Amino acid sequence: MAKTDSTLHPRPGVAFLGMPAFTEAAHIALGDDQLRRNLGRATRTIRDKRKRSVAELDDWQDLRTAAAMIKDRTLADLDRHLEQFEAAATAAGAIVHWAADADEAVRISLDIVRAHQASDVIKVKSMATQEIGLNEAFAEEGIHAWETDLAELIVQLGGDTPSHFLVPAIHRNREEIKQIFLDRMGEVGRPAPEDLTDEPRRLAEAARLHLREKFLNTSVGFSGANFAIAETGTLVVLESEGNGRMCLTLPDVLVSVVGIEKILPTFADLEVFMQVLPRSSTAERMNPYTTMWTGVTEGDGPQEMHIILLDNGRTRALADNTGRQALRCIRCSACLNVCPVYERVGGHAYGSVYPGPIGAILNPLLHGVSDEHDAALPYASSLCGACYKACPVKIDIPTVLIEQRAEVVDERADSGRPNAEALAMRIAAWTFADHRRLERAQRLAGRAAPIARHVRRLPGLLGGWTSSRDLPPIPDESFHQWWERTRGAGR
Amino acid sequence: MTQREEKPVKVSIFVTCLADTLFPDVGRATVTVLERLGCEVDFPVAQTCCGQMHMNTGYARPAGEMVRSFADTFADADAVVVPSGSCTGMLRHHGRSVAPGVHLPPVYELSEFLVDVLGVTDVGATFNGTVTYHPTCHSLRLLGVGDRPYRLLQAVNGLELRELPEAEQCCGFGGTFAVKNAEVSSAMGEDKIDNALSTGAEVICTSDSSCMMHLGGLLSRRKSPVRSMHLAEILAGRE
Repeated sequence: MAKTDSTLHPRPGVAFLGMPAFTEAAHIALGDDQLRRNLGRATRTIRDKRKRSVAELDDWQDLRTAAAMIKDRTLADLDRHLEQFEAAATAAGAIVHWAADADEAVRISLDIVRAHQASDVIKVKSMATQEIGLNEAFAEEGIHAWETDLAELIVQLGGDTPSHFLVPAIHRNREEIKQIFLDRMGEVGRPAPEDLTDEPRRLAEAARLHLREKFLNTSVGFSGANFAIAETGTLVVLESEGNGRMCLTLPDVLVSVVGIEKILPTFADLEVFMQVLPRSSTAERMNPYTTMWTGVTEGDGPQEMHIILLDNGRTRALADNTGRQALRCIRCSACLNVCPVYERVGGHAYGSVYPGPIGAILNPLLHGVSDEHDAALPYASSLCGACYKACPVKIDIPTVLIEQRAEVVDERADSGRPNAEALAMRIAAWTFADHRRLERAQRLAGRAAPIARHVRRLPGLLGGWTSSRDLPPIPDESFHQWWERTRGAGR
Repeated sequence: MTQREEKPVKVSIFVTCLADTLFPDVGRATVTVLERLGCEVDFPVAQTCCGQMHMNTGYARPAGEMVRSFADTFADADAVVVPSGSCTGMLRHHGRSVAPGVHLPPVYELSEFLVDVLGVTDVGATFNGTVTYHPTCHSLRLLGVGDRPYRLLQAVNGLELRELPEAEQCCGFGGTFAVKNAEVSSAMGEDKIDNALSTGAEVICTSDSSCMMHLGGLLSRRKSPVRSMHLAEILAGRE
């Protein structure tokens, strides 16, 4: 099986174990010039393509509204839709399981694999299985879980963790990928040809030959789902390579781990999402490989199908009045590609399988903010709003971030520990409560101006400012003073 | 320029706590432009802050008190003009969420007021120099001011406007983000400045004192001859 160099494994439900909290992780990422070049180039390309693709539709804003409303309506009645889905899928021959958390989902998965005495499983690219740490849990039990999405394969062979929903190896360039293939493929299956180059065609061919062996020799497949249709019990997977379809059709047994928010009430609802998802994620007009299946069909495809419906914090998020809109997310990654913070620090800095702006709100919603990783995430944003504008299901990420910051502030206040920020905010609020206090502060600042001109480094919280930026010179008189001097006492 | 003959338009300016304290020239320039266009400008001295910093950092209660204090101070205003997209956005879009039931007067960002209310794009300014414009995030995405600042700048005598690459990307200020995640904030700002320098412009113009302070601080640390200026300062120019 794949050796793993890295100590960064997803801990089910929480941040990658061993990842420092965001600010420190960002420091490490910013020091990596290669990473910044790779990310800058990749996000700029995808973001420009998305913009062009979205501009082709004159009803784009209506589609966004429709997508948001379908999701909201479904979430408002989620229990009923889930039970309807269970009944329809069961009637079609699937076995439906309910998992309250990651541990339960892993245990159900392991039981299925053990019942078939399988030593290997093949996987469709799936966020839900990453979220529950499936590969790592299987590895501990001696079961090999093979990723078959090209980028996930690169990540797995490189002993790495994904840094993007859609392009998990976005932090790697072609030369790095070539080297990973040459070094690692032979250890876990068919080796890469010795004369491999970094041409995309050659890299894809090496992966195709390597994976073909896995597809033909493995009898259990694992997937997630992009959508689950309540009225029919159908699961839907969108992908670009066809490798997913191999995993969904060739094995004897198929296990799909599906977040409970993936439900759509009717087949007709897909119409909207089949338009917004491809354009928002890969900037394609139409998705290349869309696989839909409803239970078991005798003599065609997997003959045993399991669906694990996963909560793992989703009902916690659903209970949050402002935050529940995050459950509309269809994992398109448009918000990652437009985020100026993500572009500079990459996905790993967020310490979760869900990085970027959506990760910054989703992790605290799923787990709360008592963990330092989760508590750092709401601040990993300049609140520029580019994510909200790009989101195809209109998740108002900046507003949710602001609410979560308030949650962090409350949590810290409850802890009773002294807190420099809270003190500074109290002093500022006291000053702003009366213009005479503000004017007094301005006069004091004006008197300190000659000294302040020589200040290059400030202590404490403001040290972050002067580490890279000069302070503006303090003016001799404030606007208040100028107005009063030149225009009289106002009113 | 359009000299308005009819009854003067009464406006109250909300200078913002940042411009009031650190960039009074921005406030003075705002007064100059409005008065040149025939407005009767009032500055209610009881004004302080819109509450944005507190709200965005997670302190909604004091933010709500500041919004209420703003509403009291400007209760009689026909129109409030603000030389800041983000403070305007705070009041217009978040004011009622932190101060439920509050009654706010009509609040306009400077370029909105000039173009939409006064119906002016040529404000009679002269500025000899090359300028590139950074459309601040909240003007762009929260208020949707669109091309208004560009139209105002294009009408300035002697000004040559250069297109800023990746213009819509945030400069990295982000309020307390600038100190809490100072390194990411600076990395964003450095890229913004590199893009601005690539245009060869002598001035980076923005419509928010906060972005101006952030970019200006980075430029000063680099000892760059390029200056950061507020839109109001350029529109007030008569050189």
